Amino acid sequence: MMEITENRLSLIHVSAGYNNQRVLNDITFQVPHGAQVAVVGPNGAGKSTLFKALVGLLPLQSGEILVHGLSLTNHKDCVAYVPQRSEVDWRFPVTVADVVMMGRYNRQGWLGKANREDKDAVRRSLSQMGIEHLANRPIGELSGGQQQRVFLARALAQEPHILLMDEPFTGVDAATQEDTLALLDQLKAKEVTVLVSTHDLNMAAQRFEQVLLLNRRIIAYGPAKQVLTPETIQQAFGGRALLLGDLAVVDECCPPAEEG
Amino acid sequence: MFEWLITPLSYTFMQRGMLASLMVGVVCSVIGCYVVLRGMAFLGDALAHAILPGIAIAYLLQGNLTIGALAAAVAVALLIGLFSRQGTIREDTAIGILFAAALSLGVALISSIRTYAVDLSHILFGNVLGVSPSDLRLVGGFGVVVLAAVIILYKPFLVISFDPVLAATLRWRTELLRNMMLILLALTIVISLQTVGVGLVAAMLVTPAATAYLLTRRLPAMMLISALIGAFSSLAGLYISYYANIVSGSAVVLVATGGFLLAFLFAPRRGILWQRLRFRIRKK
Repeated sequence: MMEITENRLSLIHVSAGYNNQRVLNDITFQVPHGAQVAVVGPNGAGKSTLFKALVGLLPLQSGEILVHGLSLTNHKDCVAYVPQRSEVDWRFPVTVADVVMMGRYNRQGWLGKANREDKDAVRRSLSQMGIEHLANRPIGELSGGQQQRVFLARALAQEPHILLMDEPFTGVDAATQEDTLALLDQLKAKEVTVLVSTHDLNMAAQRFEQVLLLNRRIIAYGPAKQVLTPETIQQAFGGRALLLGDLAVVDECCPPAEEG
Repeated sequence: MFEWLITPLSYTFMQRGMLASLMVGVVCSVIGCYVVLRGMAFLGDALAHAILPGIAIAYLLQGNLTIGALAAAVAVALLIGLFSRQGTIREDTAIGILFAAALSLGVALISSIRTYAVDLSHILFGNVLGVSPSDLRLVGGFGVVVLAAVIILYKPFLVISFDPVLAATLRWRTELLRNMMLILLALTIVISLQTVGVGLVAAMLVTPAATAYLLTRRLPAMMLISALIGAFSSLAGLYISYYANIVSGSAVVLVATGGFLLAFLFAPRRGILWQRLRFRIRKK
């Protein structure tokens, strides 16, 4: 039997920001069931703001966010978030297994103990990310790539419908990058909807079928080849695009589409 | 040696002082783990001083001093949250303003009550030998409430301290939980008044927890070790105070500080000495 083909995630005229400042302006887009979207834009484009609005951390100034056609407040635990590594206090006295177990907290409630199912989920997630042997290590003793894996494992243990990853490819080793991408493939098979923010245009173009190009408003949204054109990138990144040499990267991948 | 330990306990005021100190030491050290991990040391100090005007007003109105202290501490805790929540001023600025204002108001009020001025040093540094049976019941009751809350709210407090974004995705009421933590902190400070006083309660909140942080790797263990250090410091401090005839609050805090210095130097993994050794070994 087919699932309801309702869009899993819809944003309708969403504006959000801090205090009286508006960071995101009139954002409207839909993400279909199980799609994987790269959110691309320069620094300060509002990628993190968008994610904070999506987890319900930042109240919207206007518009609404719907998950399965229902507003965010009707959902518990269906959105998981993998934070940027710089946002985490790595000196906090918790072990790797503690952090991953937090992904199960909503099933347990405030007082409930971890049951067999929770422990299994934690073990599975750890081994899937290849960090089973680090389970009892304090998180402060890990390398950058290992730290990233801890939070990916927690997101897995949470078994979300929607997964948000904030810059998972920044500052990690190549092996962790590859494992993160492999994880995305597995999540695709499980029909988990994924939004990944990145400023790596190359990665977005090659590994994601859908790209959302953002700079405080939506510049373009759709299949990577249509979205990442020199014009739109110029529009989103301005002068920075040329300086970074990102245009050259795009020129390599996009002309065939234009020709065809 | 045994006699040396038992002699002070032959006085009932000493027994009550010991019990109160023990409870305060444990409660401060446990909630102090969150104070250390969340960087709330300055806030704790401010709350302690905010108690002063509450006590003075309660005294002027001839009401219950403890309730006055509690009301003032809770009011300031919530005001700090309100001032800084809008993001218009930074939290430490909000704390600084309220802290100085409360202290000034308290001193102004107390200086106007001439007969009460003698007791100011008791408020500032505690008067553990003056613990009455009703004081002891109060310390015990509030202490149990705080410890029970820390146990029941272990998961939410852990999550809002370590990862507020996760708390938001779980739809836990971050704001409410944060305010509850502040109120528990206020309760802790109020019961500490009698034993260590306004001036030194911040040390009891921070020092044992910081010591335990150096010695442990997980939060539950940190809380347990911190509680043990707090209990030991309180008892040892009282004996020193009894035999060396010094102010009890100072003695307790100095013992705790001694413990911290030892851990800072010799703690496995995190101590200075250990890190030096590891550095040497690596070099070779």
